[in-house]
Amino acid sequence: MENTIVKAENYNSYFGDNHVVKDVNISINKNEVIAVMGPSGCGKTTFLRGINRMHELIPGATSKGKILLDGENVYDMNAIYVRAKIGMVFQRPNPFPNLSIYENVIAGYLLNGIKVSKADKDVIVERSLTSAALWKEVKDSLHKKGTFLSGGQQQRLCIARAIAMQPELILFDEPTSALDPISTSSVEALFHELKANYTLIIVTHNMQQAARVSDRTAFFYMGELVEFDDTKQMFTNPADQRTQNYITGRFS
Amino acid sequence: MSVLLLLIILGVLTTLIMESMPSIKSLGIGYLWGKVWDPVQNIYGAYPFLIGTLLTSFIALIISVPFSFAIAIYLGEYNPKGWLSDLLKNTVELIAAVPSIIYGFWGLFVLVPLVRTLEMKLNILPYGVGVFTASIVLAVMIIPYGASLGITLIRMVPSPLKEGAYALGATRWEVIRSVIMPYTRSGLFAGVLLSLGRALGETMAVTMLIGNTTALASVFKDVIFGPGNTMASVIANEFAEADHTLYVSALIELGLVLFFVTVVINLIGKRIITRFTNN
Repeated sequence: MENTIVKAENYNSYFGDNHVVKDVNISINKNEVIAVMGPSGCGKTTFLRGINRMHELIPGATSKGKILLDGENVYDMNAIYVRAKIGMVFQRPNPFPNLSIYENVIAGYLLNGIKVSKADKDVIVERSLTSAALWKEVKDSLHKKGTFLSGGQQQRLCIARAIAMQPELILFDEPTSALDPISTSSVEALFHELKANYTLIIVTHNMQQAARVSDRTAFFYMGELVEFDDTKQMFTNPADQRTQNYITGRFS
Repeated sequence: MSVLLLLIILGVLTTLIMESMPSIKSLGIGYLWGKVWDPVQNIYGAYPFLIGTLLTSFIALIISVPFSFAIAIYLGEYNPKGWLSDLLKNTVELIAAVPSIIYGFWGLFVLVPLVRTLEMKLNILPYGVGVFTASIVLAVMIIPYGASLGITLIRMVPSPLKEGAYALGATRWEVIRSVIMPYTRSGLFAGVLLSLGRALGETMAVTMLIGNTTALASVFKDVIFGPGNTMASVIANEFAEADHTLYVSALIELGLVLFFVTVVINLIGKRIITRFTNN
């Protein structure tokens, strides 16, 4: 139990009257890499965005039930605090175009108006970029705009930006779907390294990716969590017929 | 059609230049900083009107910018959808459609008494009409130009950028300040320039409210609160009674100067918008 970092209890999400995530119960352990897969429109991204309370930013979006982060319900906490505490990386790399690489990494501090000394900033930037496997490539151009980087580099910059806030948990919303194969493998390789210090939840519609990077996999279908199991187990011998159908490509 | 329009504009420009020639020849460049405008003595100096035009426009800009930015932020980010938002947006755009003479009436009957009270409190000669009053009306008239462009631009900020900031724990205000503002900065500036272009040329409401004196006051507070004149208002007031060639020509030269100033301001604004929308 003390190893659990995120736990959803009867969690439901809605867009207006549209019930998108249905009664999800799941328990995720520290330092695990979790893949969340399922066909388009199955609620996987919506579920992910419920964990750090990004879901409610969309007009008309509501949710019910509990998401426990270290035993505390995020819906009882301040949303701003929850979002600062949980890292998030999006589908398309979204570095801030008006900021340099350096400023992008510490954007979380800049945005929240947290005062940090120059020396501390340098440490945070170097450590975060190193963790995101980007330091070597950009250390000589830290003060150039982040948008000059390649797509894969931009995505790793966004990962560094999330890491800089020292989260325990990082959410990835289809982080490689906008990247070319080489950039994709560079980001995937990074997941293995990040696992030592962080818990990762990765939404992906790419089954091969789920199989490659994750320890456990959650399969969502029509808003329900159908199956949550060891990744190997799920891909070789799924318990549910619907998982079986998805994995064998009967629907996508 | 557009070629025809271009020809018309070029024609207007040529006419302005041709008709200004007598004045340009006899008064030279000193016309622009001559402080005295006395048609009876045949002395023409445009300086008081240049100052009047720039002053009313810039005061109007200073008053209107906070309002148009606030409207743009509210309707662009806080409340971009729904009937209330649509109603407000249409109302703001309607401000631009009200005839200028109506603003003149509103200014005369509502603003002038208010400004007069204010002037009495401040111990200034209570004219009521003057540069300040004209500026307030101008400010109201130009709000839609800055606001409506601002609303469009703020709604155009890509949502992944905003979400990126929210996901880092930014508040609404921090997102506006650190993501939306930098992203739309040059466009908002262009909106300000366009409203400036509008303010520079506005004639009717200003003529009704500015007090129409040809002399430039010597004390600063009288320059702001006392009566004045703008290039456009002088032309409107005096053109009909201009009875000799040099007088007419001097007025037309005022028009020429005004034409150049507004065209330049508008071109800069349009250029910024084009560059902004291409990125």
